[in-house]
Amino acid sequence: MPPTEQRIILKFADQPGYANDIECYLRHGGYEMLHKAFDMEPGDICHEVELSRLRGRGGAGFPAGMKWKFLDRKSGKPIYLICNADESEPGTFKDRQIIHKDPHQLIESMMIAAYATGTKLAFVYIREEFPEGALILEKAIEEARAANFVGPKILGSDYSCEIIVHRGAGAYICGEETGLIESLEGKRPYPRIKPPYFPAVLGLYQCPTIVNNVETLCNIKHIIEIGGEAYSHIGTPAATGTRIWCVSGHVRKPGYYEFAGGAITLGELIYDVCEGMRPGRKLKAVIPGGSSAKVLRADERFHGHLKDHTSFDWGLKDIPLDYDSFMAVGSMSGSGGVIVLDDSVDMVEALANLNAFYAHESCGQCTPCREGSLWMKKITSRMCSGEARSEDADLLVSISKQIEGRTICAFGEACSWPTQSFVAKFKDEFVAKASEAQSQATGSENGDRLI
Amino acid sequence: MTGRDDNLISVFIDEEEFLVPPGTNMVEAARLAGKEIPHYCYHPKLSVTGNCRMCLMELGMPLKDHSTGEPIIDRRGLQKIGWMPRPAIACATRAFPGIHIKTDSELVRECRNGVMEFLLVNHPLDCPICDQAGECSLQEYAADYGRGYSRFVENKNVKPKRTRLGPRVMLDDERCILCSRCIRFCKEIAKDDVLGFVDRGSYSTLTCFPGKDLQNNYSLNTVDICPVGALTSIDFRFKMRVWFLKETPSICAESSVGVNTHIESREGKIYRITPRRNDEVNDTWIPDSGRILYKSIDTDERLIHYTIDGSHTLVDGAAKEAATLLREGAVAVVGSGRASVEEQYLLGKIASAVKAISVSLVSRTGDGDGLLVSADRNPNVRGALLTGLITSLPHANLGGLASAIESGEVRTILSFGEDLTQCGVEKQLLEKVNVIYFGSHCNETGEVAKVVFPTLTVFEKAGTFINQQFRLQKFLPAVPGPQGVLPDIVSLGKLCSILDGEAIPPTGPEGVWAEMNTEIPQFSAIDFENIPINGILIDGSQWEHLPFIEGMSLHYDPDNNRQIMAEVTKSK
Ligand SMILES: Cc1cc2nc3c(=O)[nH]c(=O)nc-3n(C[C@H](O)[C@H](O)[C@H](O)COP(=O)(O)O)c2cc1C
Ligand code: SF4
Ligand code: SF4
Ligand code: SF4
Ligand code: FES
Repeated sequence: MPPTEQRIILKFADQPGYANDIECYLRHGGYEMLHKAFDMEPGDICHEVELSRLRGRGGAGFPAGMKWKFLDRKSGKPIYLICNADESEPGTFKDRQIIHKDPHQLIESMMIAAYATGTKLAFVYIREEFPEGALILEKAIEEARAANFVGPKILGSDYSCEIIVHRGAGAYICGEETGLIESLEGKRPYPRIKPPYFPAVLGLYQCPTIVNNVETLCNIKHIIEIGGEAYSHIGTPAATGTRIWCVSGHVRKPGYYEFAGGAITLGELIYDVCEGMRPGRKLKAVIPGGSSAKVLRADERFHGHLKDHTSFDWGLKDIPLDYDSFMAVGSMSGSGGVIVLDDSVDMVEALANLNAFYAHESCGQCTPCREGSLWMKKITSRMCSGEARSEDADLLVSISKQIEGRTICAFGEACSWPTQSFVAKFKDEFVAKASEAQSQATGSENGDRLI
Repeated sequence: MTGRDDNLISVFIDEEEFLVPPGTNMVEAARLAGKEIPHYCYHPKLSVTGNCRMCLMELGMPLKDHSTGEPIIDRRGLQKIGWMPRPAIACATRAFPGIHIKTDSELVRECRNGVMEFLLVNHPLDCPICDQAGECSLQEYAADYGRGYSRFVENKNVKPKRTRLGPRVMLDDERCILCSRCIRFCKEIAKDDVLGFVDRGSYSTLTCFPGKDLQNNYSLNTVDICPVGALTSIDFRFKMRVWFLKETPSICAESSVGVNTHIESREGKIYRITPRRNDEVNDTWIPDSGRILYKSIDTDERLIHYTIDGSHTLVDGAAKEAATLLREGAVAVVGSGRASVEEQYLLGKIASAVKAISVSLVSRTGDGDGLLVSADRNPNVRGALLTGLITSLPHANLGGLASAIESGEVRTILSFGEDLTQCGVEKQLLEKVNVIYFGSHCNETGEVAKVVFPTLTVFEKAGTFINQQFRLQKFLPAVPGPQGVLPDIVSLGKLCSILDGEAIPPTGPEGVWAEMNTEIPQFSAIDFENIPINGILIDGSQWEHLPFIEGMSLHYDPDNNRQIMAEVTKSK
């Protein structure tokens, strides 16, 4: 018996007959929480969110309640709320499900968040590659406006707030919150230096701004429904609520699955929920949190101590699905994109594929990431075309170390962690590439070429 | 803590304590402490973007106990410093009390080595043919932080090598390190946001907005601030290796702003003019139009002989002849707002010695651009006021002089540098009187003159101007003048001493200043040698009521200047 999902965010999304129009949403209890929230004081809503210990689902896992608290209210400037629907991290495809199948859940949650934070104007920044999603959202907002859930004098109160859908132009870096803000302002999405440009203080148009991921925001209405305290009992204390895991790669049943924080292990997700590997194949590696997360090897053993000082000794399959466990094993839960690789994969090619992505997506603003990401790409591409050298593996690591921690935004880490972890954990394959090259062999025979 | 300026904050740079003004960033703090933090994108007069990452340093702050708020003290009895695990950029880190930075640690050096290696992987090996060589930050820091060998065996990126961004600026994209200084300059200073990057990552390329040109009157400043040889001046490129150039401090004579400049020359020839930083006047900028003013000094129109009635003579002969004409009386003196303070003073002495009927100045006006070109295109009208040469503001037209000639009231005119036919006195009219002309170039006034004194340009002599702020600023000779032409102070001085019988005429500005010290109260304490490099504010409150024509410019606000003057007066 595979573990059953605990669907809160995707509760209705895949139910037969559930449509994304407002009538359907209302039939399923939609916008009742907006009514409830408008009977509360904004400060009390923020308090409930804090009590819930909801953490961000966009990548960094930052507590949402704390982020809202950081808003600079003394400045007297207008406050903006931005929903980050850029969902570009390779291996991640959960926000899209929400937007396509249950847009009103997002809108209701956003309006509660907007009311709670005193937002003047709200935005959904949606990636260019979701044209359908943008249309769905626009239609849904129109419906919500007609029903007085969005727009002037919401539910007859004195509070007014619009939601504007803004489409990106096809750049991964627009998912980084300050790059997103620049893009929304109509500029090149060059991430800003922090300090001083923390969005909660100097965000959109230099005004205090909240940026939250689609999935993060969707939780707000459920927190209002059951209360922050009750919400915090779902999952584990450091991973409250549910999370949608996006499983892609060489499993029999890839897809998105919603579980309470820490409720199952990585092994259960792969072997029970996703029904294991393709026939005749063995698990080789897992990238647990979107392509920038450090890769984990199937036969690794992880020892150490968790934050609460308990010790652990896990195989890959034993890792519980939550933020801190993935941190403890040296990777991260990131965007929740679990990429499963089987033994047909040439790890040098897999890295070459990722490096090509990062070199293509580096915004080019700061030196280490701009030059380092392309250099690493050039090396791994060369390695895959029969010209690997024995010194390449160490060179790759050295380059990645010259990027990590020295850039304007976290893309620096995103592009250096794959290289660091791939070479550290599969060094034999990088070395083999070099000896293969020496013996005039070209390319790889096992499996599909990835580039 | 007694005896310290309360406004200063203490910062610890490599374990040494320094006091800096609040808000100072760490690049500047280190500079104040005599240390250089290498940087490319940071520029003191532009916004901070923090993109090059060359200025990475280690950052620490004093630790406090979370529960009590008390400082944590280590075994040596000092407050414990919490060092951040990641390096921070100095350019965006502002001083706060107790801040600690390391600018020379193992990690810092490693960061710089890394950034240098990255900047060089796709950089062309152009130094032998690159105009920036010798003043290139990339070259300089490569010597300090380069690896010495390349680990890069891939193909370098290829980008456009020769793009004309505008009439005066050429771009080599392969050399560009994408620091965005030029973009920020155009947007923030020149207010002409035409530059930008296209494409992404390492393929990012600087370009001009389609259909636009980089042609504003400040475009060449981008060449100055470009840390590498990506932007070059079309006028200067391939002309001269910069290490051969001698820099002479000077003042731009384009307008009353008084932009501080360096005249860069070799073996008596000027190759370019660059801005000299003065935070009170022009920051680090200069208009393009001011950079080409030297071009006329070598033209065929240049006057190189002292003449009487067209025949060559020596300066003493010319002075004697001029004195004779002037002593006959009925003299009108036309001075110049382009002459130096010293020259104006001597001219004033001559005018009073011969009891001149009139002394006038010719105004030169244009539109002010609100930045570094003011409406008054004479650099030194205020000098003429201070020296007493004039008492009211000049006019463009000398109509009064024309009728005085017509009526026979004026029989001799001394014009210092002004072509009178350009300001309302017809050539035929001038032919009726004796004209003594001092000038650097020939013109119709020179043609009809009985006595001609060739003069030097601002690039060839020493002196001072007083700008719109009443700031006295000094310029020095960068190149020698034409052979046989003496400094204007010498010719005027000779003439003056014949007229007033003084034995030893001044031979340079020092001598004139010795006189002016006693004659002009506002100048009493000034000695030419020691005029500060950034100039010195003169008390001009006495002329504050005059309807000066300048509007706002970079560091000048007409209304505000009155207040500044009042303070200068008070402090005296
Ligand atoms: C390179 C990069 C790409 C990112 N892309 C996304 C994205 O596509 N979607 C997203 O929600 N957050 C993305 N983030 C994270 C955001 O910067 C930000 O932390 C997040 O939107 C905050 O929302 P949360 O607190 O609700 O997670 C990205 C971060 C980086 C550094
Ligand atoms: S780290 Fe990369 S993506 Fe981020 S600002 Fe620098 S160049 Fe751009
Ligand atoms: S920009 Fe500097 S390093 Fe580059 S070619 Fe020119 S002189 Fe050499
Ligand atoms: S052209 Fe020069 S100033 Fe402009 S971005 Fe490139 S390196 Fe910087
Ligand atoms: S000088 Fe470029 S990052 Fe600081």
